[in-house]
Amino acid sequence: MYGNDFTAPDGLRPAPDAGGDEPASFLAVLADGGRIEPRDEMPEAYRRSLVRQIAQHAHSEIIGMQPEGNWIARAPSLRRKGILMAKVQDEAGHGLYLYAAAETLGVDRADLLDQLHDGRQKYSSIFNYPTLTWADMGAIGWLVDGAAIVNQVPLCRCSFGPYARAMVRVCKEESFHQRQGFEILHTLSHGTPAQRAMAQDAVDRYWWPSLMMFGPSDTGPDAATGHTAQSMAWGIKRFSNDELRQRFIDMTVPQAEALGLTLPDPELRWNDERGHYDHGPIDFTELFDVIKGNGPCNQERMAHRVGAHEDGAWVREAAEAYAAKRAPEAVA
Amino acid sequence: MTTPRITPRTTSAHVDYVLGLADDALVSAQRMGWWISRAPQLEEDLALANIGLDLLGQARSLLSHAGRLEGEGRDEDDLAYWRDERDFRNVKLVERPQDDFGVAMARLLVLSTWQSELYAALQRSSDPVLAAVAAKASKEVAYHHDHARQWVLRLGDGTDESHARMQAALDAEWPWVAELFDQSHLDPALVAEGVAVAPESLREPVLRRLGDVVREATLEVPEVAPRVPGGRAGLHTEHLGRLLAEMQHLTRSHPGATW
Repeated sequence: MYGNDFTAPDGLRPAPDAGGDEPASFLAVLADGGRIEPRDEMPEAYRRSLVRQIAQHAHSEIIGMQPEGNWIARAPSLRRKGILMAKVQDEAGHGLYLYAAAETLGVDRADLLDQLHDGRQKYSSIFNYPTLTWADMGAIGWLVDGAAIVNQVPLCRCSFGPYARAMVRVCKEESFHQRQGFEILHTLSHGTPAQRAMAQDAVDRYWWPSLMMFGPSDTGPDAATGHTAQSMAWGIKRFSNDELRQRFIDMTVPQAEALGLTLPDPELRWNDERGHYDHGPIDFTELFDVIKGNGPCNQERMAHRVGAHEDGAWVREAAEAYAAKRAPEAVA
Repeated sequence: MTTPRITPRTTSAHVDYVLGLADDALVSAQRMGWWISRAPQLEEDLALANIGLDLLGQARSLLSHAGRLEGEGRDEDDLAYWRDERDFRNVKLVERPQDDFGVAMARLLVLSTWQSELYAALQRSSDPVLAAVAAKASKEVAYHHDHARQWVLRLGDGTDESHARMQAALDAEWPWVAELFDQSHLDPALVAEGVAVAPESLREPVLRRLGDVVREATLEVPEVAPRVPGGRAGLHTEHLGRLLAEMQHLTRSHPGATW
């Protein structure tokens, strides 16, 4: 995603990050379109909001390793296996840059991981869907990474310097992943009838969850909900969820045509007047249900992550003990 | 890909030799892939993915070479996905599960030490492709060895728990080390022609280097009886069949498909 920041409407929303108390230097940088750097003055609420968003983004990268990791062992050719391993490795790398960006705000990666593991912090709801066939590797690359790019390109101009710079690198790699996903689906949709059916099924399952990645509607009557208004005022967010979602749909429909696959929305059609594609209603109750923990794989994703963390505790403790033995002078 | 079929073992000693090295790398890469998203820390997910990718790359070069030597039109995927377990030539060291980090590092230490000696010698092979693959792989396995060595040192000389677990991991891997030096299934002519490296010639340097790391890690070199060899002749543990079932299932479910 994952650079979005939303929760279910009931109960899970963090305390509102009220503005006010904004140092003049901070406001001047924002007015100038400049970058806030870690040592600059910033309101506490801005710092807190960024920590939450960057941590959620980092968590999404590392949880996102699981649905694709699910197919490394079964990739259907050695070339595809290598590409998939490298892709999942890139996601671990994105997690690292993002945890490092969050740490510039005075938090610690270990604490952020604890908050992920005990449920205080979230990750993108999209990774709570299962990867049932090989074609899901294509659909995730094409749709999920495609949606992520639309979300993240504006974050390259986000007001917080370390986050913006991390996004520049992440976006380059995501763009590569998106083309890989497209290429997987292109091969399948031009392959055997069974491969073609596998590709269509994956697109049918991932289309609506991909649209939900942009978050609930936040324009028109919903404009006052969520964090959008405050995040836009602070230069963290540049466009509304709805604008970004529309951009993604407009970009994706012609690509689906090029693939020869259909998108599962009978109301999807070009609107000359708006200059955009119209689409059918999005069932946000499903999104909120998944965010609340009732998605198809929420428990499995967390159990996998917490299991890896706990199984590795003895290794991390040993590394620390070894380092401490080797550096007595540095400690003294 | 040619028409998929389950094919019998080859009759060429040269092809079998290359396949053995290819399968060592392929099966190791398959086991290493399991760790991605399960490592003790994020940096290690990256490192193990790197190592897995290197091993997969070695496997692909070697399988392609074996296919060309064989001359029956089989490519890397035909050889990886359409041979049954009796036709795999890897040593048994690499095929067993490794879901304990200590075991993974013990095994990587053994494998990378052996591969670094092997590839150093193979750079002088009279088979120019094998020599070229060995030259590239030498740089990769030097990194794998350094990585495994660092972890064996940290775990051996870390906490009491890690010391005990690392020793247990070495004890578990050591019976499978001797098979690396077994030459009962290698045609001596291949060594005489300068194609292959005599496995027995690697025993002394590999065991010496392993012993050095183990002792530096405050651990003991296990004194255990070696398990019977046979992997190079397609006589494996029961674990390989399951590994291949998972690896090959999708491809075999769609004969003739392109991916």
